[in-house]
Amino acid sequence: MMRFLLRRSLTLLATVLAASAVIFAALDVLPGNIAQVLLGPDASQEAVQALAQQLGLDQPAWQRYTQWLGGLLRFDLGLSHAYGSPVGELILERLSLTLPLALMAMLFTTVLALGAGVYAASRQHRLGDVGVMGLSQLGIAIPNFWFAILLILLFSVHLRWFAAGGFDGWSDGLGAGLKALFLPALSLAVVQAAILARITRSAVLEVLREDFVRTARAKGRSLRGAMWTHALRNAMIPVVTVMGLQFANLVAGTVVIENVFYLPGLGRLIFQSIANRDLIVVRNGVMLLAVMVVAINFVVDLLYAVIDPRLQGRDSA
Amino acid sequence: MNPHSLAQRALRHPSFVLGSVLLCLVACAALLSLVWTPYALTDIEMARKLLPPSGSHWLGTDALGRDVVSLLLAGARSSILVGVVAVGIGLSIGVALGLLAAAYKGWLEEALMRLTDFSFAFPAILVAILITAVLGPGMVNAILAIGLFNIPVFARITRGSAQAIWTRDYVLAARACGKGRWRITWDHVLPNIAAVLIVQASTQFALAILAEAALSYLGLGTQPPEPSWGRMLSEAQTLLFQAPRLAVFPGVAIAVAVLGLNLVGDGLRDLLDPKLSRQR
Repeated sequence: MMRFLLRRSLTLLATVLAASAVIFAALDVLPGNIAQVLLGPDASQEAVQALAQQLGLDQPAWQRYTQWLGGLLRFDLGLSHAYGSPVGELILERLSLTLPLALMAMLFTTVLALGAGVYAASRQHRLGDVGVMGLSQLGIAIPNFWFAILLILLFSVHLRWFAAGGFDGWSDGLGAGLKALFLPALSLAVVQAAILARITRSAVLEVLREDFVRTARAKGRSLRGAMWTHALRNAMIPVVTVMGLQFANLVAGTVVIENVFYLPGLGRLIFQSIANRDLIVVRNGVMLLAVMVVAINFVVDLLYAVIDPRLQGRDSA
Repeated sequence: MNPHSLAQRALRHPSFVLGSVLLCLVACAALLSLVWTPYALTDIEMARKLLPPSGSHWLGTDALGRDVVSLLLAGARSSILVGVVAVGIGLSIGVALGLLAAAYKGWLEEALMRLTDFSFAFPAILVAILITAVLGPGMVNAILAIGLFNIPVFARITRGSAQAIWTRDYVLAARACGKGRWRITWDHVLPNIAAVLIVQASTQFALAILAEAALSYLGLGTQPPEPSWGRMLSEAQTLLFQAPRLAVFPGVAIAVAVLGLNLVGDGLRDLLDPKLSRQR
């Protein structure tokens, strides 16, 4: 296990480093002089040069890259040009929305997908199965931002149960915060739940054909009993893997959904910073999202090895 | 596989038939928009803004008085164009890299596979946002972003499928006859993995349409005056109280296109998988 952990940790480190290099290289060649963009077209040449110096744009790229990496390790991410506040504080503040949103969406995804997948498997080729699979096919085809707009149309415009967007923070209480995130989380979850439900169904059906399930049934276990005690646990291996990948997708998907609901989260911060040419915020925000995705994949790898210990041996071989 | 029997089985496959019908609808809309739309796309007339559906405007008009049916027809053109080119980029570069990795193995394979592993650290939308942030918004950059994301997907699936073909006896026989790696790749490997690639291409096409719609919704994809389903949704969202119907039609169009591609992909998987065909 230690050898497996070490190998995976080294891969994680290498991936994070490579990601930082790609992000820095991509954004460093951003067209246009950042100092000129920030000061506007009427700014004098002297003012532009002074700001460029202040931002460190006159230094060689490798030097700026190493300085940025050092800053990342100390969590000193510099100052946002547009907001005038430390990028670290800005990102942490926005994460207090994005992280709960992604977690809530993952919870919805899991509940919807496991329920629908197990239900469909228990009624294979019957009306319930066909219905669930048809709905999941539809769920996969719907863009999440359109589903979000439809939810706003139904629950905000017609029924007036939820606000059409915005988030007043957690100071109004947990209930108010969760209510504001309910529709965004649901719209993020539906597409992922549709995919996961199909995977859960086929994984459960595969396990139901195994000898140990047949034995359990022969010993008098009901189909439902065998399903929950034997099939589901063994079907979790592929399901957990896909869930990990989906959580990464949910985190990235917040960029779009936060824009639909005008939520002041990390995704919207990155998006607005692109428009403002606030390079330093974009760079650190995208880096954080990439690190989150890599870290989630790392945890999934570990979970996968815990669920199926054969993988550790395969990896060290 | 006998093409005649394949066509017969395809016609009996419900999801393939339904998917093909939906896809035909979208393709016909795109083709039709090249030669005819009920009203010109640049026909802006504020006097007829937000008109409800009627005989002269079947689905009504938008906030600028443009005919919604005309915009939807032309939007199909943008979606298909982005999908075809983005999948084309991924398919041509990704398949070439995957075949190269499977044929030469060693450090080349290792390097390519680590590169694809690394690329999966960036979800599609993140790559697209990063690229459009660097190169600016626009249809070409959106295509580039989606195409770039497709490369590792095709590289990985090609390498995996090609590796399996390289272990077959007929490849061994071809090597014994003195055929080179490139000849074997061209004559034996590529034709045998074509089915897998076609199925994957249909899935990636559907994802490309969704990605283009999302980028255009955010204002990073197709730019005015070229119509796009994603941007139509973004414009409709500001009018949810006055004209909620505007937020429905473009979404239905995207869902029809994606559903069609997914159903055709599922159908092709069943029809082209030799193991499954033997069971039938």
